[in-house]
Amino acid sequence: MKMRYDVVVLGGGAAGMGAVKGAKDLDASVLLIEREPFTGGVLNQCIHTGFGLQVFKMELTGPEYHEFYRNKIGKFDALYETMVLNIDFDENKIKAMNSEGIHEIEYGALVLATGARERPFEALRVPGTRPAGIFTAGLAQKFVNLENHLPGHRAVIIGSGDIGMIMARRLFLEGVKIEGVYEIMPYPGGLTRNVAQCLEDFNIPLHLSTSVVKIHGKRRLEGVTVAKFENNSPVEGSERFIECDTLVASVGLIPENDLVKGKIEIGPDEGIFVDDLMRTNYENVFACGNNVCIHDLVDFTTTEGEVAGRNAAMVAKRESLPPRAGIIIAGSGIRILSIHYTTATEPFKLYVRVDKPMEIATVNVNDKPVKAAVNARPSEMIELTLNPQKIDLKGKIIVSAKGVKK
Amino acid sequence: MREIQMTCIICPVGCTLKVTLDDDGKFLSVKGNRCPKGEIYAKDEVTDPKRVLTSSVKVINGKMPLVSVKTDRSIPKRLIGEAMKVIKSAHVEAPVKVEDIIIENFLNTGANLIATRSVEKTKK
Amino acid sequence: MRIAIIGAGVVGSLIARELTKYEAEIEIFEKYPDVGWGVTKANSGVIHAGYDDEPGTVRSKYCTHGNSLYTKLSYELGFPIKRTGSLVAAFDDEEVKVLEKLLDYGKKNGVEGLKILDKYESLEKEPNLSKMVIASLWAPSTGIIGPWEVAQAAIENAIDNGAKIHLSTEVKGIKKTNKKVLIEVDDRDYEFDFVVNASGLWADVLAESAGVKVTPLHPRKGEYILLDQSDLVRTVVFPVPSKAGKGILVLPTIHNTTLLGPTSEDLPPDWRDRNETTAEGIRKIIENTKKLVPSINLSKSIRTFAGLRPENDLKDFVVVKEENMVNVVATRSPGLTSAPAMAEDIANWIVGLRSLKLNKNFNPYRKPIPRPYEMEDEEKEKLIRENPAFGRVICRCNKVTEGEVIEAIKRGARTLDGVKLRTTAMFGRCQGSFCTVNIMKIIKRETGMDFEDIEKNLPSSKVVDGVLR
Repeated sequence: MKMRYDVVVLGGGAAGMGAVKGAKDLDASVLLIEREPFTGGVLNQCIHTGFGLQVFKMELTGPEYHEFYRNKIGKFDALYETMVLNIDFDENKIKAMNSEGIHEIEYGALVLATGARERPFEALRVPGTRPAGIFTAGLAQKFVNLENHLPGHRAVIIGSGDIGMIMARRLFLEGVKIEGVYEIMPYPGGLTRNVAQCLEDFNIPLHLSTSVVKIHGKRRLEGVTVAKFENNSPVEGSERFIECDTLVASVGLIPENDLVKGKIEIGPDEGIFVDDLMRTNYENVFACGNNVCIHDLVDFTTTEGEVAGRNAAMVAKRESLPPRAGIIIAGSGIRILSIHYTTATEPFKLYVRVDKPMEIATVNVNDKPVKAAVNARPSEMIELTLNPQKIDLKGKIIVSAKGVKK
Repeated sequence: MREIQMTCIICPVGCTLKVTLDDDGKFLSVKGNRCPKGEIYAKDEVTDPKRVLTSSVKVINGKMPLVSVKTDRSIPKRLIGEAMKVIKSAHVEAPVKVEDIIIENFLNTGANLIATRSVEKTKK
Repeated sequence: MRIAIIGAGVVGSLIARELTKYEAEIEIFEKYPDVGWGVTKANSGVIHAGYDDEPGTVRSKYCTHGNSLYTKLSYELGFPIKRTGSLVAAFDDEEVKVLEKLLDYGKKNGVEGLKILDKYESLEKEPNLSKMVIASLWAPSTGIIGPWEVAQAAIENAIDNGAKIHLSTEVKGIKKTNKKVLIEVDDRDYEFDFVVNASGLWADVLAESAGVKVTPLHPRKGEYILLDQSDLVRTVVFPVPSKAGKGILVLPTIHNTTLLGPTSEDLPPDWRDRNETTAEGIRKIIENTKKLVPSINLSKSIRTFAGLRPENDLKDFVVVKEENMVNVVATRSPGLTSAPAMAEDIANWIVGLRSLKLNKNFNPYRKPIPRPYEMEDEEKEKLIRENPAFGRVICRCNKVTEGEVIEAIKRGARTLDGVKLRTTAMFGRCQGSFCTVNIMKIIKRETGMDFEDIEKNLPSSKVVDGVLR
């Protein structure tokens, strides 16, 4: 089947839904292409709270956020259970496949909202056996929350990312013995709030500077050996064996951009480089959400999506958008930037992550302090509002962070 | 008088709260909260800590086996064990609509256990 | 004429298939729940050119010929093969001398197209090779395959041509009687006229049980790292071989990934299921492969694994042919490459001995599972029209469709690994974190198994454990 739409959005999760709304708000014709039979992506399995504070001014669970936002959008055209096979950025055409056959879709503008995937535990190269019983946190979450199955009865959680801690609580409440959460860094990988309400609340031990060095069990997991870590290496003599039948790994999210590699500008962290209009290196291709940069809060992926969708609609309707005028570079103390170029036209939100914990982090833009963050951690994004009226956002813009003791 | 530290869990910001208690452990004052909810949280936390509980309830004849649920306001943390027992033995008949009350006045807390998503009925 | 084949690895399955070309009752006994799960499952997947084997060894007899048989075999059995060619890289004059020795072996073994390349020719063939290389031995006939795919295809074809297979059936012993041979399985004995023992890691034990003495085996472990990268090397890159073996390689796989390995560690004789990886092994792989290809980026690693090869002190195959039994022992490297030649040779032995007639109904062709992702658009459309399940993608990383998963189940997959090894679902960069649930749903729907019954691979490797509500 052949189709043409003003705006095509790839991915119907929190960011993609924002893009659909943004484009619809400007009366563009919109098509959503989604690989699952439903929208919402990972929201459908995130039954915990922490969503909606910005978008709805309420604290909601993932499924509520999804349903409420879906109702906000209204009707739109969508191809579900459809996989994009390739994108021709020169011809503005997408080839997609589903049970009805091959579809060729022409777009005026495209929004990439393909989210992220979890780093599999196997990628860590931990020696030992390869038994059943090893799950990424997201897979364990899917089994528990959507399929009504427990992954096992005695679990260790590797990685103290948010989803790891949330799953520790979830499994605990379902009667699974949680031996502990093991974090290789000397600080937690997720929000402080989650350390409190997922681990401390239930006396689930959090072992920092500790990670797994061996897997045991031929067919099903029988235990893990953990050790203390210093400078990313295990400390000899610190090994201890922990009996368990389940390993839940929350060891990182990776932006999912396999489809566009080689054409769309992507950074070393695998996230797409966009400007403050959420535009990629192609004039009519935009990106939003976790495939740009891994976010802490879902609300920001949706608002980013709305910006991307609106701008995509404008381009599709042949309105010209301002060109790039500046490039943002991560200076010392900063590991992640959500945006890499500016048009220096309107104020915009930039999200950054520091590269190590800082008691007080002073974030500077070209040596001018713009924000102070207390207890700054790599796991908690810092939001900056950059206003071209107040700072020069043309040319080279270096964002750096300096740690100051209290 | 003494000061204790805690993380407010009311919203994802997670303000670090410094709470001053009197010699009997009663709440005196709090600082570090970016909004008034933090003060309420700190007060509750030293008297009778409360939490919003999220979980799943079995669905009969639904397109999904479970419906995700939450307490529509926080309930005493000490009741969570009891709450899970009730949730595990509860069930609801499809169709379920988001925000439907699954159990009213859950454990006499004044909070309702509500559905956080809609689940359609199976076609059979 | 009843013939039993013990072991449905690449050797046993090709022997079984070869024998179905003749009039005989063929029964295959496989101890694992699926075919090709032993030595066949975890090796480099390389079809070697044949220059490594000292002329006069048993392996030199089979390797080069086996290599040439793979072209027709891949066509008939419908599994992919890529003739990438290989380079043995030399970094000093001593190593260049070894290249010359290999060139000599190769010529004597009948290997075609061998050539020693200079530094610049080597780098032209393989741009990412270390710039410290001074020469390399180029072998155009080296290929890459998915080794378990050969076993799957050969078994399917053998069954199509009348063979029977007993899965999850471990042969405990073999007894020669007057004219017959008895296969001892847990609850009963089976009687055959002829038995072929191709049981890989336990071939010596089973041979002994039948009174055939062979040089004892011990397992030799090879650890690997898998990278999610398709453009690191174009050929199979070898270091110069040593006493330890062919060395730790850098090679492309038939599935568009890159494999680093194997190490080579001799294990105690009774460690025949000890295929765990080790910190030392992984470290060795990284150290050695970086010498060959300095630009290796380990952040692309998605998996590590280890395989066991059946090794003996002779460092050579042992094929004992008798009047009612053939024992194939020590199918170490280049066992995969040699398998078609061994199958041909052993079948000829049996056919000659027992004057077997040709099976006029033998169909050499086996249709592979259709793979829409690799088809042209028109072909895709046609397939999806006939069967919409081939349009619904289940594995996002490798674009595997529901139709392929269903077909894998139809062809015998009952476990996650069974589906994985027939479709490449769960093989890619997410290692199943996205598709596992959907694959289990399809297994449940097609077989009636509940989620709690489904195993990862071996018995007692259940994926989940218990229901919430």
